[in-house]
Amino acid sequence: MKNCEYQQIDPRALRTSNTRTSTTFKLPKNSQRLRRKWEVFPGKNRFYCDGRIMLARQCGVLPLTIGLIFITTGLFFTFDCPFLVHHLTVFIPVIGGVLFVFVIFTLLQTSFTDPGILPRALPDEAADIERQIDNSGSSTYRPPPRTKEILINDQVVKLKYCFSCKMFRPPRTSHCSLCDNCVERFDHHCPWVGNCVGKRNYRFFYAFIVSLSFLTSFIFGCVITHLTLRSQDENGIIQAIQDSPASVVELVICFFSIWSILGLSGFHTYLVAANLTTNEDIKGSWSSKRGEESGNPYTYNNIFTNCCVVLCGPMPPSLIDRRGFLPPDDAPQTVTSDTELPPFMSKNDANMCTQGTKELLESMAHSTVIQSTCVPGTPKTAPVTQESLLRTVSITVSPPNRPHSTGCSGRQARRPIDVSCSQKGNKRAALHTHKPMLHVPSPPYSHGRSPLTLSDAPDMGFIPLN
Amino acid sequence: MAETHSLQDLRQAAVASKVFVQRDYSSGTICKFQTKFPAELESRIEKQQFEETVQTLNNLYAEAEKLGGRSYLEGCLACLTAYTIFLCMETHYEKVLKKIAKYIQEQNEKIYAPLGLLLTDPIERGLRVVEIIIFEDRSIGSR
Repeated sequence: MKNCEYQQIDPRALRTSNTRTSTTFKLPKNSQRLRRKWEVFPGKNRFYCDGRIMLARQCGVLPLTIGLIFITTGLFFTFDCPFLVHHLTVFIPVIGGVLFVFVIFTLLQTSFTDPGILPRALPDEAADIERQIDNSGSSTYRPPPRTKEILINDQVVKLKYCFSCKMFRPPRTSHCSLCDNCVERFDHHCPWVGNCVGKRNYRFFYAFIVSLSFLTSFIFGCVITHLTLRSQDENGIIQAIQDSPASVVELVICFFSIWSILGLSGFHTYLVAANLTTNEDIKGSWSSKRGEESGNPYTYNNIFTNCCVVLCGPMPPSLIDRRGFLPPDDAPQTVTSDTELPPFMSKNDANMCTQGTKELLESMAHSTVIQSTCVPGTPKTAPVTQESLLRTVSITVSPPNRPHSTGCSGRQARRPIDVSCSQKGNKRAALHTHKPMLHVPSPPYSHGRSPLTLSDAPDMGFIPLN
Repeated sequence: MAETHSLQDLRQAAVASKVFVQRDYSSGTICKFQTKFPAELESRIEKQQFEETVQTLNNLYAEAEKLGGRSYLEGCLACLTAYTIFLCMETHYEKVLKKIAKYIQEQNEKIYAPLGLLLTDPIERGLRVVEIIIFEDRSIGSR
């Protein structure tokens, strides 16, 4: 006869049947509204409209970009179009309008779309990776950088381990330090659009810069035409400029924008045709000067195919599930678990986001104590608990001078204090790929048992909760 | 004889361990999982069954990411509408993801749950791993 242990509720089974069982342990007393996952997202992003729209926390000069576009186009419609419609054709404002709408839509799509953020590894997954890596269990918190080499299309590619996200980064993925996220097919972090440009929004970005080149060229051409026609009608160019000073403003803005925008469009057209990212191009990942013949393993060796794949390929889904609900037990869960936590843990988990620093430090200290007592003798059946617990735990209570603190994989809201160089300009941003920033340890979770229940004791060395 | 579990029973079972099937990047960045049979599952399930499941998943993901007329058409149409159709329409990829979710649930119900295992949909892990939870099966004395 089967004698199952009724120690905990398995979240997995609940997931498929989509029910909640929270019977054996006491429920949290306060019934809060269900929170969505974006509210506890660990990266540095802002969410609006209940998770539908996301931006990088440092939105850079996005308002300036939008402002410039609106102002220039507004001036164009107000001051140049009437003259041109009268003298030339009504299609001028129509074309201008279409281009303007296209530019704005693609800009907003680029800024507000998830660029291809990879969710962080959950504690048990991170522990499993740890187990596979040969870890000497030294006392240093930061083991040497880990890499894994794989073969892609007969090309050796090195996968690096991301200490923030606790996983080996897939090929072409890079960690953006401004957003504190690993982004797939990371191109660069663009301050002009206030977001990273990655796998999911690269096509929007490309459409934006191409359409913006057309728009600025179009406005530039129209303004020149306007001033030329006006100066022929009246006496000279000076009079024309005096009659329509706004045109000069537009001229100046367009003149300076055209160089950079056209240049950028041309550069990205080259990247698209070669199936490269800005990041790879800058780092020279596939250039032949790296020793042996190393070509880009991702290219299809055909410009047309590369373009189709990059721009018209299937649209991958967002992996971070911003609008999914967190289970109501206040634990900073990821997916579906409803598991209950032992009292002290639920206390720690509850209202994690609102706990003060003092409590965090206390809970971290608490977890340290627990962890130290939890060493090998811990029976595996002990609340391996809560997937939830495991998930939320991989915390590093690191001393401030530690290069970085790993975030909890359970998407808790964190407020790390960053000391990072500000990245202005696309190229520099692209260079700033995976270096984690300096963080003051903030993670709240501290559950001593954390990832360890499933892993062997020596592994604890790596996920130092203290 | 191993006792069989249903999904309901698994609810009360304790998790013994988890196995993570990692991604296979040998063909590039497409979504593909390794079909190597993990040692921890040796006592629980047949190698061939496991490989078949993973292979089917790989095929489904390949279908989602297939570059063909349909995806190009979708991409071009999206471009012409300034990508606003993504706000209204479900993409091909999303449709296949639903198919995958259904397949995994079906596999769990029919094959894995009775053996005390549970597959997790990789989309919940950011398409990084296929997580297989191994439940304790006290009746057969496995620990």
